[in-house]
Amino acid sequence: MAKFEKANSIGEWLDQRLAVETLKKVMQTEYWIPKDINFLWAMGMVLAATFGILTISGIFLLMYYKPDTALAFDSVNYTIMTEVGYGWLWRHVHGIGASLVFLIIYIHMLTGIYYGSYKKGRELIWLSGMGLFVAFSAEAFSGYMLPWGQMSYWAGMVITNLFSGGSLEAYGLVEWIRGDYVPGDAFLTRFFMLHVFLLPLVIIGLIVLHFGTLRIPHVNNQEGEEFDYGEHAELYKAGKVKESKVIPFSPVFLSKDVFVMGVYFILFFYLVFYHFNFAMDPVNFDPADGLKTPAHIYPEWYFLWSYEILRPFSKDLGLVAFAIAQVIFFALPFLDRSPNVAPASRRGLFKYWFWLMVVDLIVLTFMGKLPPEGIWNVIGLVAALAFFALWIALPIITKLEKKL
Amino acid sequence: MGKDVKGRRDFMGMALGGFTALGGIGALYAMKRSWDPLPSVKAAGFTTVDLSGAKENVLNVEKWRGKPIFVLKKTKDMKADDRDVVVGSDRYHVSIGLCTHLGCIPAYKPQKQIFLCACHGGEFDASGHETFGPPPSPLEVPPFKVDGQKLVLGEAGPEYKKMLDAGLTV
Repeated sequence: MAKFEKANSIGEWLDQRLAVETLKKVMQTEYWIPKDINFLWAMGMVLAATFGILTISGIFLLMYYKPDTALAFDSVNYTIMTEVGYGWLWRHVHGIGASLVFLIIYIHMLTGIYYGSYKKGRELIWLSGMGLFVAFSAEAFSGYMLPWGQMSYWAGMVITNLFSGGSLEAYGLVEWIRGDYVPGDAFLTRFFMLHVFLLPLVIIGLIVLHFGTLRIPHVNNQEGEEFDYGEHAELYKAGKVKESKVIPFSPVFLSKDVFVMGVYFILFFYLVFYHFNFAMDPVNFDPADGLKTPAHIYPEWYFLWSYEILRPFSKDLGLVAFAIAQVIFFALPFLDRSPNVAPASRRGLFKYWFWLMVVDLIVLTFMGKLPPEGIWNVIGLVAALAFFALWIALPIITKLEKKL
Repeated sequence: MGKDVKGRRDFMGMALGGFTALGGIGALYAMKRSWDPLPSVKAAGFTTVDLSGAKENVLNVEKWRGKPIFVLKKTKDMKADDRDVVVGSDRYHVSIGLCTHLGCIPAYKPQKQIFLCACHGGEFDASGHETFGPPPSPLEVPPFKVDGQKLVLGEAGPEYKKMLDAGLTV
């Protein structure tokens, strides 16, 4: 038995048993954050808060949702929406949250790309973050199946068909994933399991890893400046707050985070109460019908860019292009050959690369929503080819980049 | 640590690891089997289609194993095809009504006599051959057997086996 002194307070009692003082220092009061950052650095905590809200709204939806092809549609559109007290609130919060979480993920990713926050010791932050992006994508897709409307069914049909591997014709694999020849009851219940249990578990694990990978290299700053954290921490602790380049995560940085969150939640609840249809596709208010394809199938806005990369090519080439587009962002820290950690505006050609990539992703997103006809096909094809051209160009232009 | 102690610990470690791996493989197999389609799903029976009421150039959509089945009675001036199902003096186009690109259901346009897929713009002619867009192969023919004026889906009759052997469908 270890020796324990009598504690004089609850705090001391907990500290003896859990080392809460050390924990508080490591994770809050002596977790140093650079001062030279802007509101874009708050997106991580905005995402964490959104994930919390998705979890809470999900718990209430889970109490009335029925994962059965005969009951699912009515349990959502009748029971939850009209009978359950404030059921509509949870559904709209869940729908808007699922959509906005991707908006913030994209801002978070592009911020990291712009400021070079993925290299020189920060590679694992990028990789675990991309893992989160993939896990959130799977979570969004599996959740989209649950209301069992027309878009749920046909998105399930099209996405699971991707696993046939084109000319490989691996229909056995597709039927295995579905547990049926077409999306049916087995399909719905297994995606329900993934959505409410396995994938959230993976996401929580990845969030812990993502935070962990950040702790040692520390957060990047607006200039990519390297400095001695120990030295500046001492300055701060000695009361020379102005001279120090750092602030503690909690309570100083967190108060900035909370301010940005406040602004974000105004937008969030504005959408929930006044524009909830933004996350509700009208086609999905028709129950799933395996004998009738909706006239025009498209995914939610956040998957449109990669969907558009699939579309303009022949089947096999499209699948290969789609598969590469899904994973190519993982390779960013290794394809960027420049040692500079600096904002894109100071990195020569990389500045143009960054903005071209942003424009290309936006063009792909718009083309993915438009019907596959005429000029839209051509623009879609050019934008898809440009996406790959940019990735091929990246190692070359970053190799040529002057060291700052 | 003595040499014999290390040897014994290595042995214990390998024995434990070996049995754990064995159990793990067994569990993985059980998990794989649990994801398999259920026997009741696989046995989802046969569908019989009565062709006597079929009208020329009007598409009938039947359901077999949850999938739509196209049955199109061809007019006399529509091109004959090796994949047509011949019943008496009539020719029928019979196929699984899922686009071979990604599985959407193409719509039949009777004026143009084509199947048009709304998802990615693929087109098939009235015999199910791909004519435009991303579909890589013709619409598939389901296993069928001609029984008088009836068509039994799910059972491979001699006409179907002939098509299969000739590589006209998969």
